[in-house]
Amino acid sequence: MNERIKKLRESSIEAKPSVSSERARIVTEAYRHPEVERASIPLQRAQVFKDLMQKKAIFIEDGELIVGERGPAHKASPTYPEVCCHSLEDLEILNSRPKTSYAVDEETLQLYHDEVIPFWRGRSMRDRLLAAMTPEWEDAYEAGIFTEFMEQRTPGHTVLGDKIYKKGLLDIKKDIEESLARLDFYNDPEALDKQQELEAMSIAADGLMIYASRYAELARSLAAEEKSPQRKKELEKIAAVCEWVPTHAPRDFWEALQYYWFVHVGVTTEYNTWDSFNPGRLDQNLYPFYKKGLEEETLTRDRAKELLEAFWVKFNNQPAPPKVGVTAEESGTYTDFALINVGGLKPDGSDGANELSYLILDVIEEMRLLQPSSMVQVSAKNPDSLLLRALKIVKTGFGQPSIFNTDAIVQELMRQGKTVEDARQGGSSGCVEAGAFGHEAYILTGYFNMPKVLEITLNNGIDPRTGKKIGLETGDPRKFGSFEELISALEQQMKHFIDIKIRGNNVVEKLYATYLPAPFLSLFIDDCVAKGKDYHNGGARYNTRYIQGVGLGTITDMLTSLKYNVFDQKTVTMDEMLQALSQNFKGYERLRDRLINKTPKFGNDDDYADQQARRVFDLYFNLIDDRPTVCGGKYRINLLPTTVHVYFGKVTGATPDGRLASEPVSEGISPVQGMDRKGPTAVIKSEGKLDHIKTGGTLLNQKFTPQLLADDEGLEKLKDLIRSYFRLMGHHIQFNVVTAETLRDAQKHPEKYRDLIVRVAGYSDYFVDCAKELQDEIIRRTEHESF
Amino acid sequence: MKGMIFDLKHYAIHDGPGIRATVFFKGCPLHCLWCHNPEGISPEKELMLMPNRCARCGDCVRACKYGALAQKEDGEVVVDRSRCTLCGDCEQVCQREAISLVGREMSIEDILAEVEKDRIFFDQSGGGVTLTGGEPLFQPELAEALIDRLRQVGIHVALDTSGFAPEETFLWIAQKSDLVLFDLKVMDDEQHKKFVGVSNRLILKNLRALDKTGKPIWIRFPLIPGVNDGLENLKAMADFLLELKSVKMLNVLPYHKGGMEKVRRLDQGDQFEIFEPPSQAIIDSAINYFTDRGLIAKQGG
Repeated sequence: MNERIKKLRESSIEAKPSVSSERARIVTEAYRHPEVERASIPLQRAQVFKDLMQKKAIFIEDGELIVGERGPAHKASPTYPEVCCHSLEDLEILNSRPKTSYAVDEETLQLYHDEVIPFWRGRSMRDRLLAAMTPEWEDAYEAGIFTEFMEQRTPGHTVLGDKIYKKGLLDIKKDIEESLARLDFYNDPEALDKQQELEAMSIAADGLMIYASRYAELARSLAAEEKSPQRKKELEKIAAVCEWVPTHAPRDFWEALQYYWFVHVGVTTEYNTWDSFNPGRLDQNLYPFYKKGLEEETLTRDRAKELLEAFWVKFNNQPAPPKVGVTAEESGTYTDFALINVGGLKPDGSDGANELSYLILDVIEEMRLLQPSSMVQVSAKNPDSLLLRALKIVKTGFGQPSIFNTDAIVQELMRQGKTVEDARQGGSSGCVEAGAFGHEAYILTGYFNMPKVLEITLNNGIDPRTGKKIGLETGDPRKFGSFEELISALEQQMKHFIDIKIRGNNVVEKLYATYLPAPFLSLFIDDCVAKGKDYHNGGARYNTRYIQGVGLGTITDMLTSLKYNVFDQKTVTMDEMLQALSQNFKGYERLRDRLINKTPKFGNDDDYADQQARRVFDLYFNLIDDRPTVCGGKYRINLLPTTVHVYFGKVTGATPDGRLASEPVSEGISPVQGMDRKGPTAVIKSEGKLDHIKTGGTLLNQKFTPQLLADDEGLEKLKDLIRSYFRLMGHHIQFNVVTAETLRDAQKHPEKYRDLIVRVAGYSDYFVDCAKELQDEIIRRTEHESF
Repeated sequence: MKGMIFDLKHYAIHDGPGIRATVFFKGCPLHCLWCHNPEGISPEKELMLMPNRCARCGDCVRACKYGALAQKEDGEVVVDRSRCTLCGDCEQVCQREAISLVGREMSIEDILAEVEKDRIFFDQSGGGVTLTGGEPLFQPELAEALIDRLRQVGIHVALDTSGFAPEETFLWIAQKSDLVLFDLKVMDDEQHKKFVGVSNRLILKNLRALDKTGKPIWIRFPLIPGVNDGLENLKAMADFLLELKSVKMLNVLPYHKGGMEKVRRLDQGDQFEIFEPPSQAIIDSAINYFTDRGLIAKQGG
């Protein structure tokens, strides 16, 4: 990392997240303009976007190579009152909460009080949306059965393909003209809507070009005053870049990066889209520019790296837009989930790893920033060297990059109906979500608390936390004669809540399609322009909506425990079990010990338990997969939690697997915390029994200590462990390399860490089973690791 | 045929090539003072206490028909091993796995079923199964039958042995495996007797004989300060190994205190000694010495 990047990186790390009122002000003013008031909704949105790009503050920091930012300063996050209008109380909470806070100044509070709240209260999407929900939906939402992703943020959840590297905005505007010319006003009842939408897209394209030309001007004027000849030259180059892109297709590496970044700023200014936006297959998309630059000697490897690092910093300057309430609980992080994909396949199915893939991995290792996130796609066709290079970064313990199975992703996407080429150009975004980059709207609609549904089934439709009846009366479980009766009750209950969720989703989808189109985002995701349809209205080539299942490990262990202890071994009656749960195991400690220690658990390659995981998986899949969405898409499932497993745990009482009330439920598809006691091969075997191909992504988290990965041989074996998981068609795996702090916590709370393997010396052991003095020794060693 | 196995570990990555499963044979004719698997020494089942898991509920004490268990004032469970019949009732009632019998009877098919679960990892990594212990050759019929069965189904076998077994048995079984991990502890025979409990003559003789067969050998050398880290021992070991042709690698395994907690759990504190783990400097200097002498030596195995 050179001096310039060091400075930019530090300035990014030091910046404190804050709320900027700039966007709220411009948007509110724009909506009040009589011309905007009279316009159709798509044109309103386009005009608002254009106003934003014309009026928002611009700045170039000393040393910057890639320019443009969402807010008026680093980490100054705009607000989106047309989506979610924060109350003064919300702003106060954002300002003062201990985790993921955002500074809010007096001026912002004043503006909200005087202008923003009076205008948007009752008109924002959040207000419309919550007002449109049924009482059943409200009950289930309040009980923590599911969350609603779009109550504070807009759909988004998509990734750019290779379009901008081939087309400038003038080319895209030409495509818009052609689409307009093709409109059939005699026979197509939607022609008028399409016309409005296409015109809106064209205005939105103008907005970004205006923004870029403002930057070109700023760079020129800074260059004129610049004393340092080197910086002067750079500023002139920045000006030239901004004059060319995004108006035209990029000609070199620098222009390609700057073009993407302008689009990123545009998308994240238009709306607070989930998962911000994402350049996706960066090594594939940039490689032609990289190669050409090296061949023509207009680019060096070092310069390419420097530009990439300058690009990296820009992501880190844009924390997730502020979230409050349940949304903050389900996604309590500053990261906004832009996930850079490295490796994978080319559209023709050949190995996609190239020189740039390795250069990007160098960048990831050097930058060590929260954002952007990064991942490596590994196909059977990719060389081991790519995976090993990635693992060398993993072992430094900052949680990146995560590892994905390209061959599984391609199969998943094809099962959903994508062409093989579109599937190969896809990857994963957000946490682990598979998508056809550049061609798909794949919207996450909310997390679904599977263990809670079983809890309600065990209480015959009543939520024991509140005593309120929110589910179906599926029968008193004490009267169930067999495990199958329990499963069938669970299935009915699950269907009940999934139906409620989908009904709510349909309203949300319709509201967004009607009131908040996204003409700017629609420019870049095919086939919105060709179809004359908005991204929020089924314009993408593929439209998919997900309901993310959470707590697979916990519900599996709950069912396994009931089957084993109540129905098969009959060591406890259902009545006694329910008593114990209602008392949170107080007075039932011996029973709880048995449930924890002497009952089969998911994640140990034990078919008795793993079979229940498959049953839950099938049940959930069958209730959701392939159901239609409002705008012509399909529902699919995936299994990931972000941070919602903590919130879902808080609202769920004690469970038959021995989990105490309020403790987190399991995360992703990982086994219940500490219950996988047979090591990583057994975990992988259990997880391999799930049919990942029927999902759009699963998340598996594994804990390792640095010692396990200390030498090349350790890495080599980890590589083989991953390759084996991918042969079993696992979707994703990530490694949590634990720190000395974690080990100390494990010493204090051994029950939580029974799965933690440490390398002792020539062998490995469970940390909690090591002698105190040995534990101390390992802690010391972990602290002294020089990573 | 059944044998006494005291553990079966998955994802063993330090006991031969690739990802392996290790089968721990119970029973060993040696008695190394630093033993890190003391529960592998006795060929019989043993009662093991895990006080860190114990709820001090007293269920096990009440369940014992022979009065072998009692609770101290603070609730800690103690065992009178002279009264214990190893019936396992205490293990059954304990809900926390805090008291258990070490060692279970397993048939070849039981073992095979367990290691077969890891087949995909063996295939992917060039791994397999390692027989260790204890001393696998202390149950020679089981070791032989298991090796035959594993090779029959195409699983790579490594035999981890002290080499202390009748020459004929040793050679017969060692040659059936794909790789031999051979433990070499102390070269001086008097010292060997003192620390390991037996003479090393048979061990060295077996190693020479095995070497002649051409079977690949990895030497495993537990490095213990004050016991075998002196130049004299290193030199004698290098001299000896340089005469051999089939030694592919020398793994230096630094001593650690992993065995001590187990010793406590078995109430065998008086039978072992606590040593200090070697510093990285001691480890490096041993490895450098062997490397300078022309051996392929590395830390860990």
